[in-house]
Amino acid sequence: MKIGILVNEGPYNHQASDTALNFCKAALAKGHTIWRVFFYYDGVLNAAPRAEPPTDDRNLFKQWGELAEKHGVDLVVCVAAGLRRGIREGDTAPGFRISGLGQLIEAGIQCDRLVTFGD
Amino acid sequence: MLHTVNKSPFEKNALESCLSHAVEGASILLIEDGVYAALGGTSTAARMAEAAKRFKVFVLGPDLAARGMDAGRLVEGVGIVDYEGFVDLVAEHPTSQAWL
Amino acid sequence: MDEMESGVVKKFMFVNRKAPYGTIYALEVLEMVLISAAFDQDVHLAFVDDGVFQLKKGQDTKALGQKNFSPTYRALDGYDIEKLYVEAESMAERGLTEADLLVPVEVLSRADMGALMNEMDVVLTA
Repeated sequence: MKIGILVNEGPYNHQASDTALNFCKAALAKGHTIWRVFFYYDGVLNAAPRAEPPTDDRNLFKQWGELAEKHGVDLVVCVAAGLRRGIREGDTAPGFRISGLGQLIEAGIQCDRLVTFGD
Repeated sequence: MLHTVNKSPFEKNALESCLSHAVEGASILLIEDGVYAALGGTSTAARMAEAAKRFKVFVLGPDLAARGMDAGRLVEGVGIVDYEGFVDLVAEHPTSQAWL
Repeated sequence: MDEMESGVVKKFMFVNRKAPYGTIYALEVLEMVLISAAFDQDVHLAFVDDGVFQLKKGQDTKALGQKNFSPTYRALDGYDIEKLYVEAESMAERGLTEADLLVPVEVLSRADMGALMNEMDVVLTA
């Protein structure tokens, strides 16, 4: 099954990013496709470059990047929401790309399911 | 429809709003701070028990465990799923709606 | 843009449950709604719980330094987005009537709103 994901919140402040990651990992393990993860609202901060979480804590930026690298998951950061918060093309954590909100609507159209994680 | 609720019922009205909009055949999955609504012996337990008769209600086990909540204290009729079970619920229902 | 040529028309619903200005959700949902208009989908906007406050007449944000985006709701029909649904119980609980709203809407009971939500293919909330 083709699943699209919408992440509405940034990392750490809220559990949404953790839950979305755990959901994606479980879905991939079960043989589903995570067709796209779209980051909107403060969710764009999951792509923050140069973030350095304490080494005894999980690194959500890295975990998202690994999802893109190992499973080819398309991680899309909303350009408008990103610019508003200082996240821009060429200056994101590895694995993310910047594009328009149309990519979210497209995920809604193309995917069998769209699941939202937020606050 | 699969409804997800991630708010404590003691703080926000997300669960109440979800329950008053959900229709026959719906499933409800309590995640994150939403898991507190699954526990017996609370002021919201009767509401949850009633909901569990009308809908299939589940709670995300890892969120329950993280918060030190005993799975033996759940309201009757509430099932426990892990992340794989969450994925299955999404697959079983044509649409997911998050009550944030 | 093959997604626009695919011919797939899904029922989308944007569910607004939060008041404006205190958080950014109302504004950024609106940006999402405007983009959705380009995709020729069957778009529905629902206003329930504190979301009904988004449509209150007379919003004046000058002293906040924030943009008053409420006129955009009136511009939606120019984008062929005409399905705006407001929940009667949510308005009544908050002391509002249809006369307080800045745009024509269809008022639905909570039960009818729940039934409408259940018909959707894609539900987006913030």
